[in-house]
Amino acid sequence: MTNSVLEGTMRSRPVYGVLEPRPGKAHLIVADGEGAGAVVDLVARAGETAPAMLARTHIIYMPGPNGTDAFESLKALGAAQAFRTHDYSTAQPRLKKVLGDAHMGLQIYTTGTEGLMGQVLRDVMEAGLPAQAVQTEHRGSTVRRVQCVHCKGITENVRTDPFQCSHCGLHLFVRDHYSRRLAAYQGVNIDAEDPGEVPPAVERFK
Amino acid sequence: MGLEFNEETFRGDFSFKNSPKAIKRFPFPFPEDSYMYSVNMEPHVPGPKGSVFEHTFDVDEHYVSEMRDRAMVLADDPLRCQSLPHMTLAGWDLLELIMESKARDYPHWFELHKNGNKWHWINRPLEIEQKFTFLDETTLPCGPLEYITRQTQGDFTLQDQRDNNLFIEAGMVTTQADWSLDFDIGMSFQEWHAPVPMAHELGVFDRALKFLLKLQLGAPVRRFNWTMTVDPLLDTSPENYPKWGPTKTTLTMDNIGRRQHLRVELQTLHRLPRSNAIAFPIRAYLISFQDLVTVPKWARRLHRVIRDVPEPLATYKGFLRNRPLMVEYLSQFDDGKPTSPGWWPEPE
Repeated sequence: MTNSVLEGTMRSRPVYGVLEPRPGKAHLIVADGEGAGAVVDLVARAGETAPAMLARTHIIYMPGPNGTDAFESLKALGAAQAFRTHDYSTAQPRLKKVLGDAHMGLQIYTTGTEGLMGQVLRDVMEAGLPAQAVQTEHRGSTVRRVQCVHCKGITENVRTDPFQCSHCGLHLFVRDHYSRRLAAYQGVNIDAEDPGEVPPAVERFK
Repeated sequence: MGLEFNEETFRGDFSFKNSPKAIKRFPFPFPEDSYMYSVNMEPHVPGPKGSVFEHTFDVDEHYVSEMRDRAMVLADDPLRCQSLPHMTLAGWDLLELIMESKARDYPHWFELHKNGNKWHWINRPLEIEQKFTFLDETTLPCGPLEYITRQTQGDFTLQDQRDNNLFIEAGMVTTQADWSLDFDIGMSFQEWHAPVPMAHELGVFDRALKFLLKLQLGAPVRRFNWTMTVDPLLDTSPENYPKWGPTKTTLTMDNIGRRQHLRVELQTLHRLPRSNAIAFPIRAYLISFQDLVTVPKWARRLHRVIRDVPEPLATYKGFLRNRPLMVEYLSQFDDGKPTSPGWWPEPE
């Protein structure tokens, strides 16, 4: 599978790359959905150093928002630890423990949807580790995590533009403005000036 | 507090108004008959007596009422004032800058007495008296940034400088032109300006950042920005957009002169001494179209600027839908005569 191409350009959005094995004392990998494929490719790139790398690798995996679950392909890699969970909020306590216990030389890799990678980057920074210690690679769904600027509620897995806020019910358009601290795009009321005039929802994110 | 400060509101019945003196000193932002983004920074040095540039921080007739409006916004939404943990020292730097400036420039209203780190602050217009220990947060009722900006007109952001960039990491934002501190806090210079159209391509932000990274202590700079606001509403926040957005559809030729306001931001930038952060006060001034057209040069010029401003800019500033009405209203006051360069009124 090839690396995803994301629509548009926006200066507040992170740029995602391709995972490359780096020498490290330990390796932490957080992936969802199609990100499993990027992890398999990463290990393949490690070549003959793969066994030594896998012996110090901890994988945390969850299915993607589209239902893709490729955990079996990760389990088959034979990493020291491979853990499957339902979603990010369930994975978070485990991730925070690993980050809190981290020593110098931890390499962090995250791959899959933008919502997952954004939250991993946020939690890494909150744990006081440098964002540069994290490599990212986008795979799979392009659904967005969006914060309603009015009620501050986060709606996960937004597929259409506009969409309805899952908290306050306002109709929001997805502004091309991204906050790394919130790991979310900004949603702004689309019919504020003409209440009730909501254009049809278009599936922009799949 | 006497007759020096207006009793007025910026919401509800919108009783805000500018006195003839305030109209005369209004910071009209257009030095020529057209407008495009530019870095347009100049040293923030004292200007003519009575002008908004006379002092480092301008205190005008709206002071007390503006501070009352800020308190109401904060009661509704405390997230309008935030400071990431490492920005407290920059907050103290700002508190010192404002207290020293106001006590120096307006000694009849403000006093600051220092005995080592034991400070005594008196703010007569707001009837505040505070004894506290400088750099000791436990001796103020709230953090230093919030404390001093509850007593100072204009929004404030504090930028940390590292990795050859500026990061917006603290602020008091209750009188903003439609941007969210809560969303933008923590962003780099390019990130928080991402939604601005055209200016990136013009290289404006790259040049501005390069300039600001070298900003020196004691050499503040200033620039103008502007937008349009229906009714004298200070809190045109994205948070409350569903409340104020609909007012844009209620303008007519009969009420536009009274209700449409030009909103000018006098933005200044100050290097701070201990934190090496940059303080960015954004002071908003409002003037109704009907007051603005009493100055013939401004009426002619605003008509030409609004008529010719590029569409992406009018869209971003949120007045595209009312531009035809604005142009129709303002054209009545434009006789086509040439205007002199610079923003000061002509002697007419």
